[in-house]
Amino acid sequence: MTAITVNGKIYEVASEARTPLLWVLRDELGLTGTKFGCGIAQCGVCTVHVDGVAVRSCQMPVGTVGQRAVTTIEGVGSTTVGARVQKAWLDLEVVQCGYCQPGQIMAAAALLAANPDPDDNAIDAAMSGNLCRCGTYVRIREGIKHAARS
Amino acid sequence: MPLDPEERRDGAGRLSRRSLLRGGAAALGGLVLGISLPAKRARADKPRAVGAAMNAFVHIPTQGSVSLIMPAVEMGQGVYTSQAMCMAEELDIGLDQIEAIHAPPDREHYGHPIFYVQATGGSTTTMAWTEPLRKAGATARAMLVSVAAAEWNVPAAELVTERGVITHTASGRALSYGEVADRAGRLQPPTDVALKSPDRFRLIGTRARRIDTPDKVVGRTVYGIDVIRPGMTFAALMASPVLGGKLDHVDEAPALAMPGVRQVVVLEDIVAVVGDTTWAAEQGLCALHMTWSPGANASLDQARLWADTETASTGPGVTVRKEGDAAGKLAAGKRGAGTLIEASYELPFLAHASMEVQNCTVHVHDGVCEIWVGTQVPGYAQAGAAQVLGIAPEKVTVNNHLIGGGFGGRLEAAPVVTATRIAQKVAGPVKVIWSREQDIRQDMFRPLYHNRLTARVENGRVTAWHHRVTGPSILARWLPPAFKDGIDSDAIDGAAEPPYALGEMLVDYVRHENGVPFSFWRGVGPNSTVFSVESFLDLLARKTGTDPVTFRRGLLERNPRALAVLNAAAAKAGWGSPVPQSPFGRRTGRGVALMHAFGSLLACVAEVAVTDGGDVRVTKVVVAADVGRVINPDTVVAQIQGGVVFGIAAVLHNRITLAGGRVEQSNFNDYRLLRINETPAIEVELLSSTQSSGGIGEPGTVIVQPAVANAVFAATGTQLTRMPLDASLIARSV
Ligand code: FES
Ligand code: FES
Repeated sequence: MTAITVNGKIYEVASEARTPLLWVLRDELGLTGTKFGCGIAQCGVCTVHVDGVAVRSCQMPVGTVGQRAVTTIEGVGSTTVGARVQKAWLDLEVVQCGYCQPGQIMAAAALLAANPDPDDNAIDAAMSGNLCRCGTYVRIREGIKHAARS
Repeated sequence: MPLDPEERRDGAGRLSRRSLLRGGAAALGGLVLGISLPAKRARADKPRAVGAAMNAFVHIPTQGSVSLIMPAVEMGQGVYTSQAMCMAEELDIGLDQIEAIHAPPDREHYGHPIFYVQATGGSTTTMAWTEPLRKAGATARAMLVSVAAAEWNVPAAELVTERGVITHTASGRALSYGEVADRAGRLQPPTDVALKSPDRFRLIGTRARRIDTPDKVVGRTVYGIDVIRPGMTFAALMASPVLGGKLDHVDEAPALAMPGVRQVVVLEDIVAVVGDTTWAAEQGLCALHMTWSPGANASLDQARLWADTETASTGPGVTVRKEGDAAGKLAAGKRGAGTLIEASYELPFLAHASMEVQNCTVHVHDGVCEIWVGTQVPGYAQAGAAQVLGIAPEKVTVNNHLIGGGFGGRLEAAPVVTATRIAQKVAGPVKVIWSREQDIRQDMFRPLYHNRLTARVENGRVTAWHHRVTGPSILARWLPPAFKDGIDSDAIDGAAEPPYALGEMLVDYVRHENGVPFSFWRGVGPNSTVFSVESFLDLLARKTGTDPVTFRRGLLERNPRALAVLNAAAAKAGWGSPVPQSPFGRRTGRGVALMHAFGSLLACVAEVAVTDGGDVRVTKVVVAADVGRVINPDTVVAQIQGGVVFGIAAVLHNRITLAGGRVEQSNFNDYRLLRINETPAIEVELLSSTQSSGGIGEPGTVIVQPAVANAVFAATGTQLTRMPLDASLIARSV
C-alpha cells in the first residue's frame, strides 16, 4: 500500500507502485478531472502539480510521489494563482470542448507561480507541451496575460 | 450548467433522464412540451402527452431551473449555449435560469431537420435548429401566458414576461412560470405563435457567457471517458495492425498472469483485456502475443493509393453541373483562345485525433443494455448496440455526454458497436478505452481526395472551367437517401457552386473507394474542393500575371456579398503592402482564399515564413466572415480561431499513410497537432449581416488551408499540390 496526498487529502493506494499517477487518480480515486490523451508525454492533458511543479502524471509512477503534495484541477482553485487562471479562462471564454483545459490550467498556474509576468517566449516554453485540438491557443495566451495582470 | 442526466437525482425541480422518458414529469408537475412517449415505454400513470410531437425541448418544473433539452450535442462548438439562447430568448428567461439536458435517442423528436437522422455535424446546428427551438420557446411561453390571462380574465396581449415571471402591469398582478406550468401543460399547444422581431432580442446576438465552461475549468465536467459505474472494470483493446485483418491466435495466459487483469476477450477482429484499472488492462494487452491474418488489405501501400485514385480520376464521371459546353471549349487545347491551364490537387487521409480518445462504457444485463458515451449520433449508437445484442433498440439506453472534441470523429456507431461486442462477454459494466495508438489506427479517416481542374483564361476572365472530384462516398453509407444519381453531395460541396463567375462550366464526380475506412472530418467535402479551387485560382492568376486578389475580384462582379468579404480580409491584412520579415525564415509570402459553403462566406489572408530547409511557419492569419445572422458572436470568433488552428495542422503536418495495409502513424509524435508556439496571431472580422444564419464549426478549417498553401506559393514560387506541405520540395537547394 502506498499513501499519497492529493489536494490536501491522504489516500491509500492499492495499485502497484509502478502504476502511473494518472490512472491512480482517475480509476482508483475517481478524480477524473485529470485527463488521458497520449500516455507518452506528448499532450499534457494529464498535467498535475507535484509540490507546485507541473508534471505529466501519465509518466510518474505512483510509487515515486512519496511525501510530495499532488494538486489536481479539482484542487488548484484553492490556490490564489489557480483561482486567477480559472477566472481568466472564464472571463476570456478560452474553453471549447474543455478536455485539454485541466492540463492547460495546471500548466499555466505553475508558470505564473514561477514567473508572475511571462512574455510570449516564456508562455511558449511553458505551454508548448500542452496540445489543444480545438485550437484555443490564441485565447490561452491572452488568458495567461490576463491572469498575470489580475 | 449542463448536467449529466445520470448525475441528477429525482426531486423537486429536478428531472432525471429516466423520469423524462417514463413520464416522470407527472410526479414533478409541470409543462412538458411534446415529450410524447412510445406506448411501450409509458406507464399506466403516465400523464397525457402534451403538445403532441410538435417539439420536445422545454420542461418547466413548478420550481427551480427550466430544463432545456438539447437536440445538438456539445463538443466544444458552443451549441449548448446558442441553442439555450434561442429557447430562452422566446421564453423570456435568463441563461442563469436553465439547465441543459442531453436529448435521448429519439428521432421523432430530436431528428435533425436537415439530415432527418439524429446527428450533430456539418456545421448545421444553427441553420437547422434556430427556428424550431425559438418556436419551442415561444410556444411554451404562449401556453404559460394564456393560463395567467384566463386566471386574471385579461387579454393575453396585456401581459408581459420577464425572467420567468408573467406580469399584468395595469393591475400589478404577477405569476411565476412554475405556478402556471401544471395547467399550461394540459393545454393544446398553439400552432401559429409569432416569434419575436429581431429588434426585441435580449439574448440573440449578444456575447453571452457559455453555460458549459464553469464546470470545465474546475474539472467537474463528466465526459464519456469520466463515467464511473458501481462495479465497473476497464478494458484496453487491440485490432489487427493490417486494416481489416482477423485474429489467428492468441494465448491468454500471459495477460491473466498480470496483476489487476481479470479477463481476456477474444473476438474475430479484436482482442481486449479487462482489468481493475485502465493501466492494468493496458499492461495485460502488452503482455499478449497475437498473430493476425492480414487479409485483402495487406497490399495497400500509399503510393498505390495515390496512383489508383489518380487513375480513377481519368475514368468516366457523373455530371454534377453543366453550364454551356465547357468540355468542348477546353478540348480545343492549347490551340484555343487565351491560356489553357490544368492542375491536380491531392488530399491525404487524416485522423480526427480529438483529445478525448474513443471510449464507451457499456453494461449488458437482464436483456437490456446501458451505454455511457459522448456521441454525435445517439440514434445510430443505440441501433448499433441493439443489433450486436439482437435486442430491440428500446432495450438500449444511451446516456450521452459532453464530448472532448468531435470534428466528425463521433459521427459513427463503430466504437459503440465494438465496445458492446466486448461488454457482451463481460459481467458488469465495463469502460472500454482506446489507447491513442488504437484511436488513430482504428479511426475512420478523412478520405483521400483527388481534384483535377482545367480552365481557359481569356483577358483575365475564366471562360471555361472543368472541376472533377474523385473520392469515396461517405453519404452512400451514412445517409443513403442523400446519395442521389451517383453523386455524393458532400464530396462535391464547394465545387458545384463556387462564388465566382467561371464561364462555361462542368463539374463532375468519380466515386472511388479503396478499402480504407473513411468518414466525415471537420470541413468535410469543402476541405478538398475549396482547397483545390482556391489553389487553382492562384495558379491561373500567376500564369496570367495577375495579382491573386485582383484576379478574384474580376470573377466576383455579380457576387457583391462575396466581394465584400474578400475586400474586408484584404484590407484588414494590408494586402499589397510588403510582407514583414520573419526571424523564422528568410522567404515570406502572403496568400488569399475565399469560400462560400456551410451557408457562410469567409475570406482568409495568411502570411508564412519559409526556412531554407523548407519548413513553414504561419505567422499571421486574418479572416473576414459573413455568417449571416449571429446567435453568439464570441462563439463565432472562437470557432474561426480554433478552426484555423485545426486547418494549419492539416496543411503543415497531417497525413495518415499506409504501408502493407498498416497505418504508419500512431500518436502525437508522428501525427503532429499544432502547438502554441507554432500558432500565429489570428484576427477575425465579422461582417454584420441580416442574411439567414450559416454554419461556423468548419469553415475556419477549410479556408485557412488554401490561404497558407497560396502564401507558400507566393514565398517560394512553387505550388505544392499534394498535402501536407513537403519541405523537401521547397527547400532552397532544390
Ligand atoms: S497523457 Fe500524459 S502527456 Fe499525454
Ligand atoms: S478545448 Fe478542446 S482540446 Fe482544448
